[in-house]
Amino acid sequence: MDESIILEVRNLTKEFPGVRALDNVNFSVKKGEIHCLCGENGAGKSTLMNVISGVHPHGSYEGHVLFHGKETRYKDVKDSEKDNIAIIHQELTLSPYLSIYENIFLGHIKPKFGIINWTKLITDSKKYLQKVGLKDDPDTIVSKMGVGKQQLVEIARALSKKVELLILDEPTSSLNDAESKALLQLILDLKKEGITCIMISHKLNELLEIADSITILRDGRTIRSYNTKEEQVSEAMLIQDMVGRDITHRYPERKNTIEDTVVMEVKDWTVYHPEYPDLAVVKKASFSLRKGEILAFCGPMGAGRTELMMSLFGKSYGSRSSGILRVYGEEKNFHSPKDAIESGIGYVSEDRKNLGLILIQDVKTNITNSSLKKISSHGVIKKSQEVSEAEKYRKALSIKTPSIDQMVKNLSGGNQQKVVLSRCLMAEPSIFIVDEPTRGIDVGAKYEIYTILNELVSRGKSIIMVSSEMPEAIGMADRIIVMNEGRIKGELTRQEASQEKIMTLALKKVQEN
Amino acid sequence: MSDLQSPSKFHNFLNIAKANMRNYTMFLILGLIMLGFAILTDGVNFHPRNFTYIFIQNSYILILAIGMILIIIVGDIDLSVGSLSGFLGAISVIIYNNLGFGFVPTIILTILIGLAIGAFMGYWVAYVNIPAFIVTLAGMFLFRGLTYIITNVTPITPRTQIFKDMASGTVDFLKINTMAANSNGEMVQQAFQPLPIIIGILIILYMVFSGIKDRKNKIKNDFTILPIGYFITQQVFFAAILMLLCVKFAQYRGLPNVFAILGITAIIFMFITRSTVFGRYIYAVGGNARSAKLSGINSEKVKFLVHVIMGGICGLAGVVFTGYMNSALPDAGKDFELEAIAACYIGGASAAGGVGTIIGAIMGGLVMGVINNGMSLMNIGANWQYVVKGSVLLLAVWYDVYTRKKAGLA
Repeated sequence: MDESIILEVRNLTKEFPGVRALDNVNFSVKKGEIHCLCGENGAGKSTLMNVISGVHPHGSYEGHVLFHGKETRYKDVKDSEKDNIAIIHQELTLSPYLSIYENIFLGHIKPKFGIINWTKLITDSKKYLQKVGLKDDPDTIVSKMGVGKQQLVEIARALSKKVELLILDEPTSSLNDAESKALLQLILDLKKEGITCIMISHKLNELLEIADSITILRDGRTIRSYNTKEEQVSEAMLIQDMVGRDITHRYPERKNTIEDTVVMEVKDWTVYHPEYPDLAVVKKASFSLRKGEILAFCGPMGAGRTELMMSLFGKSYGSRSSGILRVYGEEKNFHSPKDAIESGIGYVSEDRKNLGLILIQDVKTNITNSSLKKISSHGVIKKSQEVSEAEKYRKALSIKTPSIDQMVKNLSGGNQQKVVLSRCLMAEPSIFIVDEPTRGIDVGAKYEIYTILNELVSRGKSIIMVSSEMPEAIGMADRIIVMNEGRIKGELTRQEASQEKIMTLALKKVQEN
Repeated sequence: MSDLQSPSKFHNFLNIAKANMRNYTMFLILGLIMLGFAILTDGVNFHPRNFTYIFIQNSYILILAIGMILIIIVGDIDLSVGSLSGFLGAISVIIYNNLGFGFVPTIILTILIGLAIGAFMGYWVAYVNIPAFIVTLAGMFLFRGLTYIITNVTPITPRTQIFKDMASGTVDFLKINTMAANSNGEMVQQAFQPLPIIIGILIILYMVFSGIKDRKNKIKNDFTILPIGYFITQQVFFAAILMLLCVKFAQYRGLPNVFAILGITAIIFMFITRSTVFGRYIYAVGGNARSAKLSGINSEKVKFLVHVIMGGICGLAGVVFTGYMNSALPDAGKDFELEAIAACYIGGASAAGGVGTIIGAIMGGLVMGVINNGMSLMNIGANWQYVVKGSVLLLAVWYDVYTRKKAGLA
C-alpha cells in the first residue's frame, strides 16, 4: 500500500434503473494534490463523487472505495464527514432563509449545555469568510446573495469542519471570471494547508492551471489519468480523451446569416425587483435584434441579464416593468409567458432544474408540454403523434436516454438541457432567448448545442444568448451587448470583440441620470 | 431495447412484470385483504349482497376521492369537501322540497351551485395566492356553519323516496327471474340481472380491441412494446376483475345506481387526466408550477379549474350521501375530506404534487372500505376500525415511498 495515496477506487460499478453510470472505474488520489476529473455529461463524474462521499450508500454499488487504505462503508454523507471528507455539490445546498453564519455552522454547532453562543459563531464565521474572500456581513440572508457568493459560503462551511479531502463538483460553473479566479486561488491556498482536493470541471483552461493530476471519464469508464507535473497536457488532448474524437474547433463555423428585418426591438426597458418594488434591477435597456442574428449578452453575475430576459418573456420576473417591446414591428404587452410563446418567443432558462424541467415527469412529457395544442384535437392528445414528435427530438438532439419514458431526473445535466431545448424547439418560436445554454455541460455537448443554434439562425430564426463565458459569446455571437449593474454598458461586433474589451466595457463608469 | 432480446423468454417476462409491478400492487393488495377477510368471515364478504353494499356504502367517499386526487396532483389540498358535501346535500333537499323541481333538475342545479362555490374557493387559491390549506380550512368552518343555519340543526327529509331509491337502488333494466334454492332448501324465485354482465362484456371487448389497435399502431411506428404474453396476461387480469364484479352485481340486484354514477364519473376523469391537454396541464403544474408557467401553461387557470371541478363533485357526493341517509343531516359529511385524502395517498398520490391516478384513488378508497366492511362483519367496532385505518394509511404510504426509492423514482 502506497502511503501517499489518500483515496483509491477499485473496480467500481454503479447502476441506476436502465443506466450503467459507472463501469469498472479505477482511480487514485495522492495526498495533498489537486486532482481534477473531467468528462462529458453523463460520463459518471458526479455519480463517482456521490459514491465516494456516501450519497450512494455502501451496498448500492459494486467494487471498493479505500480511504487511507481502509475500505469505506459509508451509509450516508454523515459517515464520510466523520472521515473528514467534504463534498460541495453542483447544486447548492444552503438553507435559503438562514444567514451566512447560520449556514456555515448548520449541522455541526457545538452548544454549551444546550445553549448556542451566537456571538462566538459570528466571530468564528468571519474567520472562514475571510479565508474564502467574502466580505459580506455574516448576518446576510443567503437567498439575498448571488449564486457565486453562495458557492463561497458553501466552501466556508466545508472549511469550518475538519476536512482532509474536499470534493468540488463544478464549483466555477456559475461564477464569472473574476470569481472563478479567486476560487481557484483559494483552492491552491487550501492545498498549501495540506487539504487534498478533487475537482470536477468542464473549464479545461482552469483545470490545467491548477491540477496536479487529471483523470478523464467517458461513458462510465476511466479513460486515462495524467500527471501534469511529469507530462505536458494540452486542452486538445483532454478534449480528445473526453469525446473519443478530435475536436479541432471549439465553436462550429458560422456564416453570416443576418438579414435587415428587425424582429425585436426593446426601448427603455426598466424592471423592478419582485420584493423591493422601488429597486430597479434593469435600468432603461434598449436594443434590437435582427433576423438570423445571434446577439449575446455578457456581463458579470447580477448584471441584470437574466432579469431583463425573463421580464421580456411575459413578465416572468419582477414586480413591474416599463418600456416598449416591439416584436416584428408590433408593440406587445405580454402578461404571461403564454402570450410571449404565442407571439413566437421561446425562452430556455438558466436554471433548468427549477425553472426549466419537471423533474418527476418523463422525457416525452417534458418535450411536449409547451406544444400540446399542436398534437391534439379538441383538447384530446394524439398519443402516437406525441411519441413520434418526442422521438424526433430525441434523435435530432441525440439525447442520451434509455427511452423517452425515462424520468428526466435520471438524465445527466447536458441531456436535461437538450430536453429543455427540445421543448422550446417544438413550440417553433422565431425568436429564441437562451439563458446560459451551456452551463454545466461538457465540451462535446456544448459543441452540439452550438451547432443547433447555428442551424436555427441559418433557417432565419433569431437568437438572444445570455452567456457568462466570454469565449463562448465571442465564438458564437454576431454582436455582443455588455451589461453591468442593470445597465447596458456598450456593444461590440464579432470582429472587434475580445475578452479585454468586454471586461473594460462592463467596468466602465456610467453617469447616473 | 436490448433487454427485450435476452435469452430466456420466461425470465424476460418476469422482469417486465417486476418493472410494471407498481401499477398492479394496489389490485393485489386489495385482493389479498379481501381473501384475508374471506377466511376470517367464512366467505361472507364475498357474498353478492355484501359485495354490492361495499360500493353503496363507500360511493360518496370514492366520488369525492376522484375530485380530491385532481386537487392533490395539482399540488393543493382541500379540507372543505366534507362540509361542502353536507351543505350541498342540504341545499339539494331544500331545492327539491321547496322549489318544486324534479329530481334530475335538482341534481343538476346542486352540481352547478357546487361548481360556483368551487370557483369561489379556487379564486382565493389560484388568483389571490392564499395556500389551499388555509382557504379550504376556512371553507370547512364556513360551510359547516352554513349547513347548521340552513338545516336549523335538524334533519330534513326529502318529500319523496326518490333520493333513497337513487342511492340504494339498481339500474332497473332487463331482469330474468330464475328459480334458486334458498338457505332452507326451498325453491324461491330469484332475479338474475344480466345487465351488469352485458356492460362488463362490452367494456372488456372495448379494452381488448383498443389494446390491440394501440399495439398495432405502435408496431407500425416502430415504438417499443410489451411482449405479447405480457399483453395477454394484462388483459386477462383486468377482464377477470371486471367480470367478478359484474357477476356479483348480477347475482344480487343488478348494477347499483351509485356504482353507475361512480363509474361514469371515474371514466370521464380518467379520460381527462390521461388523454387531454388539460389533464396534462394538471400534472405539469403539480410537478413544477414555475416551470409549467414558463412553458406557457396558465398555472392559475389550471388550479382554479381543478377547484371548480372539486366543487361540482362535492355537489354530486352530497346528493348521494343525502340519499344514502334519506335525509339531509346537519352533521353530514363530517370527516369525508380526511377519508378522501387518505384514499388518494393510499392510492399512491404524492403529497408534493404531480403524482397520482384516478384509479389509484378509487383503489385506495376501496382498500379502506373493504377493511371497514370486513371488520364490521367480524363485529369489530368503529373504534378499532379507526386504528386499523390509520395503520393502513401509514403502511401504504411507507410502501409507496420504499418502492419508489428502490425503483429510482424518488
